[in-house]
Amino acid sequence: MILQTAINYIVFPLLSLTFVLGFIRLFLGPTLPDRIIAFELMSITAAGIIAVSAIVTDEAVLLDVASAWAIISFLSVIAFSYYIEKWRGRP
Amino acid sequence: MNEILISALLVIGSFFMLVAGLGMLRMPDLLLRMSCSTKAATIGVGTMLLALALYFENLGVATRALATICFIFLTAPVGAHRIGRIAYLVGVRLWEGTIKDELKGVYPADACLPFGQECLIPDMDAPEVGADIEKEAD
Repeated sequence: MILQTAINYIVFPLLSLTFVLGFIRLFLGPTLPDRIIAFELMSITAAGIIAVSAIVTDEAVLLDVASAWAIISFLSVIAFSYYIEKWRGRP
Repeated sequence: MNEILISALLVIGSFFMLVAGLGMLRMPDLLLRMSCSTKAATIGVGTMLLALALYFENLGVATRALATICFIFLTAPVGAHRIGRIAYLVGVRLWEGTIKDELKGVYPADACLPFGQECLIPDMDAPEVGADIEKEAD
């Protein structure tokens, strides 16, 4: 009961607010690296939301989704930085 | 009792995530923003995954949760380091209040090209692009 109340009234609103703040930075961000780190924050927040959803729905399988999501987020960040580094040499 | 502990861990984790989001929005500089998103978001997700490991009283789930925590703790600094280096090379504007810049002068001046703005790696006395061509023309 306490757990359900805490998740519904505190955890999900705070995580959603974090997502919105990250999206605002993604929208505003003056340079491309700003947008990349905002995207990274959003994807890590999504991993947290998936973990909380695993508790809400009582499905342990969603933990695998969260870990795969973390791996994909890390790879996307590495790929972005790699292509920026390659693109840097061109005018 | 267990439920209270899990709720507390979840609330602490989401609070750290909110701090990361606020820092991402309010910090003045790319590197400061990156420190927020790396540290606070990592500890937030770690705490929430710990709560998940406590909720399912199951050895397999707890092991996977701890493996995910270890993975996030290992990869977040790597990604942040990579993006920070690229951003410095690309010439992202540093905060005016920056008092220490240890990479100053380490990279050659032509190592940076801007994203549509002037190159702001400090202490760069490189001639402007095309300056030598104009001299030859004179």
